Amino acid sequence: MKSLFLRDIKLAFRSGGGFGLTLAFFLIVILFVPLGVGADNAILARIAPGILWIGAILSCLLSLDRIFQLDFEDGTLEALATSPLPLESIAASKAAAHWITTGLPLTIIAPLLAYLLQLPYAGYFWLISSLLIGTPALSFIGTFAAAVTVGVKRGGLLLSLLVLPLYIPTLIFGAQTVIRATISLNPMPALLLTVGISLFSIALMPFACALALKVNLK
Amino acid sequence: MSLSVQNISCLRAGRAIFENLSFDLKKGDCLVLRGPNGSGKTTLLKTLAGILPSATGEIHCDPAQISYAGHLDAIKAQLTVRENLTFWAGIYDAGNLDRVLSEFDLTTLADRYGQTLSAGQRRRLGLARMILTECQIWLLDEPTNSLDAEHAAIFAKAVNKHCSNGGVAVLSSHIDLHIPNTQTLDLSDFAPTGATETDPFLQGGFS
Repeated sequence: MKSLFLRDIKLAFRSGGGFGLTLAFFLIVILFVPLGVGADNAILARIAPGILWIGAILSCLLSLDRIFQLDFEDGTLEALATSPLPLESIAASKAAAHWITTGLPLTIIAPLLAYLLQLPYAGYFWLISSLLIGTPALSFIGTFAAAVTVGVKRGGLLLSLLVLPLYIPTLIFGAQTVIRATISLNPMPALLLTVGISLFSIALMPFACALALKVNLK
Repeated sequence: MSLSVQNISCLRAGRAIFENLSFDLKKGDCLVLRGPNGSGKTTLLKTLAGILPSATGEIHCDPAQISYAGHLDAIKAQLTVRENLTFWAGIYDAGNLDRVLSEFDLTTLADRYGQTLSAGQRRRLGLARMILTECQIWLLDEPTNSLDAEHAAIFAKAVNKHCSNGGVAVLSSHIDLHIPNTQTLDLSDFAPTGATETDPFLQGGFS
C-alpha cells in the first residue's frame, strides 16, 4: 500500500501528472475574481471565503479523472485488482495520495490568495483549518466518483456532474466556518460539521470505491 | 499448489462464451489455451484471476497465489523500467529486482522511461513482473505477442523453470512455444449449445 501511495505521489510530479496544473488553476480562478468584480475592498472581503472554497473545489475537480482512468487504460488497475492488495486499500491509498498532491498544496497557498481578496484577519486561521479539514472529504468523495466513472471513455464531464452535488455539504460548512469567523460569530459548529463530513467520507468511501471498481472491471 | 476448475460457464454482455468447462492442474502443470478469436481465452483467464464472475461451477485455488498478465502490460510511461518494477516489488513484498531484470534482458534498459520502450520491450517488462511476484499460479494472456523469436524462447524457458519449481501456468497463445509437458485445451470444444438464457436475473448479471 505504501508502494502505491509513493508511486502516485511520484507520478503527480512527473510530466502530465497534474500537480502544477491544479495549483495554477486555483491561482488563476482567484485572480480573476477582482478583475471581474472590481477592486472594491468591502465586496471582495465579503465574498472571499466563498470564492476561495469554490476555487479549491474546482481545482480539486481537475485532477479527479486521472485517479483511476490512467491506471485503467494501461492495465495497471487490472493487475492491481489481482494483486494481494484489497481494492479498499487501493482506493484509500489513491485518495490519500490525491489529497497530498492537491488538497494540501491548495491549503498552503490559500492564505496568500486570501490576502489578495482582502479577507479580514480574523478569517485566516479558520480558512486554513477549514481547508485542511475539509479537503480530505473532497479527495475521498472524488475518488469514489472516479471509481464509478472509470470505464467511461472521456468520462471527465460525467464525473464533474456526478461529484459536484456531492461536494455541496463540504462547501456549505467549509465556507460557513470562514464567514462566521469574519463576522464575529462562533465558527466552531460549522468546523465541527466539516470534521464530521471528512471523517464520514474517509471511513466509508474506500468501501464504496471498491464496490464500484469491482463492477467496472467486469 | 493446484488449480482446479469445475463446470464453469461464462457470460459477457448476456451472451454465453463457454459452458461446462472443467480441468485440474497440479504442481508443475502448464496449460495452453487454444481456440479462434472470440472463443473465450481472455474471458477464461479473467475468470480464473477473479476479475470476472463465473455464472456456474467452482474454482478452487489460493487467490493470493495468482499473478495475472493481461493484454496490456501495466507499465507507467513516466516511470523508468526500474521504478516500474520497484513499484510491483513493493506491492508483492519481493526484492530480487536485479535478477528479474537480467532474466528478461532488461538490465541495459533499466533507466529508460516506459514511454520510450518498444512494444516488445514493454512486453518483456510486463512479463518480468510475473517472475517478481513469486506467485505460484501464472495466468498469461497472449504473452508472446510482439516478442521476437529469441525473447519468445527466453520466455518459454522462464515458464518451464516456473513449472519445474512446482508452479502452475495457464497461457493463451497462437504460436507453438515448445514448452515441454504442456497440456492443451481447445476452447471451441466448450462453445455453448442449445438455447441461450435471456433473463438477466437467471444469467447472473445482478449477482
